[in-house]
Amino acid sequence: MTTAANTASIASPAAPLKKDDGGWQWWGTLLVTPYLAVFAVFVLYPVGYGFWLGHDIESYIEIFHDPIFLRAAVNTVVFLLVAVNLKMFVALLLSGFFAIPRWWIRILGLLFILPWAVPSIPTILSFRFMLNPEWGVINQLYFNLTFEDGPNWLNDPILAMSLSMVVHIWKSLPFWTLILLAGRLAIAKELYEAASIDGASNAQKFAHITWPSMRQLYVTCTILSMFFTLGDFNSVYLLTGGGPADLTHVLATLGIRYIRLDRVDLAMASIMCALPVMLPMMVYMMRRLSK
Amino acid sequence: MRKVFGEARLLLIGIPVFLWTAIPLYHMMLFALSPKEAAFKGKLWPDDPTLRNFELVFGQKHYYLNNLWHQMWNSLIIALAVGLLTLFVATAAAFAISRLRVRGGRIIMNMALLTYFVPAAFLALPMYKAMATYRLINTQWALILAMVTIATPYAIWVLKQAADKLPLELDEAAIVDGATAPQLFRHVFVPLMAPSMVAVGTYALLLAWNEYLYAFLLLSRDVDTTLAVALGAFLSADDSPWELLMTTGVIYALPPAAIYYTFRRYMAADLTSGSVKT
Repeated sequence: MTTAANTASIASPAAPLKKDDGGWQWWGTLLVTPYLAVFAVFVLYPVGYGFWLGHDIESYIEIFHDPIFLRAAVNTVVFLLVAVNLKMFVALLLSGFFAIPRWWIRILGLLFILPWAVPSIPTILSFRFMLNPEWGVINQLYFNLTFEDGPNWLNDPILAMSLSMVVHIWKSLPFWTLILLAGRLAIAKELYEAASIDGASNAQKFAHITWPSMRQLYVTCTILSMFFTLGDFNSVYLLTGGGPADLTHVLATLGIRYIRLDRVDLAMASIMCALPVMLPMMVYMMRRLSK
Repeated sequence: MRKVFGEARLLLIGIPVFLWTAIPLYHMMLFALSPKEAAFKGKLWPDDPTLRNFELVFGQKHYYLNNLWHQMWNSLIIALAVGLLTLFVATAAAFAISRLRVRGGRIIMNMALLTYFVPAAFLALPMYKAMATYRLINTQWALILAMVTIATPYAIWVLKQAADKLPLELDEAAIVDGATAPQLFRHVFVPLMAPSMVAVGTYALLLAWNEYLYAFLLLSRDVDTTLAVALGAFLSADDSPWELLMTTGVIYALPPAAIYYTFRRYMAADLTSGSVKT
């Protein structure tokens, strides 16, 4: 990551090539046009339209009287705080594990990435079948061990919500571990060697070398992951479907639920409620990443 | 002795990581390889594993699977289209911004970055309305263009980062030789950027193949939908053939896994370094 920053700073002050040559600007404009078109037609217009649909104060009054919305808002906050932080913390630890040079750890790394590379729908449904109260493998094992019926996992809102977070972590942990691993491998080996000579323990090496050089990356990843997690529809919808009794919705699934009820105004209003939280994070990330 | 102890401690982490990753995937395979009655017995290993489920799925021998081959074809075409279109749009933009230094390039990068931060499920709602306005809903173009929109910001970001690392001398030498912008693009930029382009193309392709939400919002006719939506349709009934669902799931999950492993070296280097610059 330090190398990335260095190359960026080397590249940016370079003088524009042939500034006076109109042909280059002309070609440049032509070549960014496809992206500008995609942006205008499929981002700017929809988002503007969305804002317009979500401008009616009545919709906000209505959703704030909807217990399902209030529950979903709380669920979303809990999901973001608990699932994302737990995931990033585990990813930080595991990135240290995967950095250890062993043949079997390398092979394990290849397997470990699979949940991220394969589509959500079959794997999340696999979780769902494991958790089936009657014929799921978990409750069958539970019965064989205790001779009692296991819990009805997805019928308890707290359990169901927690299991959605487990599924979310299962799916996206490999990606963040990989990113943090790349960050770890970018730290100069000499620092660790020098620390070893001075007799530093592993904990001291982490506190004085690893963490200071990875802190920025860790914070960036955490916020980025929060954006992605806000948009994680699958982990909740495919596992619980928002149930039982619409108690496990998050904003991502609630928006779709309102759309299905043909209430686009409510869908947009519920998303807009996430803006006060998202905007400061967006500004922070823009400051950090845009140079 | 101390060394053995150290290895044992590593295994203490390795074994839970292995089980955590493998169990849901193994469970999927177990269902796919078990006869219908055995799948629900909670066995950890099928007594007589069979490929019968695969035969049923590939033969489209169930109500839910009537259009399986068609849907697989749709998934493939849509994923390829998204991969190629994203690659085209993003490479052109990255070249113009990084090498031609087009005016406003910085603003365009910031626009892409901002779009990257918008949660996908949030953008889905206004996108759905906009696609209806454009009369694209229930056409595959709707899904293709939506996925291109989602994939391009990250693609541009990664390609621009990689392009900034190319030495300026190459461009200068080409200009001295009288190269025009298109020649510079074809003979200098594309050959040097090929590994990153492979990474970005693969990323967009996998994103589109794996997508569920946008596919089920934007496509509704059985013959238009992708495999993801076909799998989701099983959930509509309580007595669905779950063993066939898992079998179809295995078939659906294999191509992206294979593609990922094939292009892993490109993806690991470019996508990780490009995704989070600090």
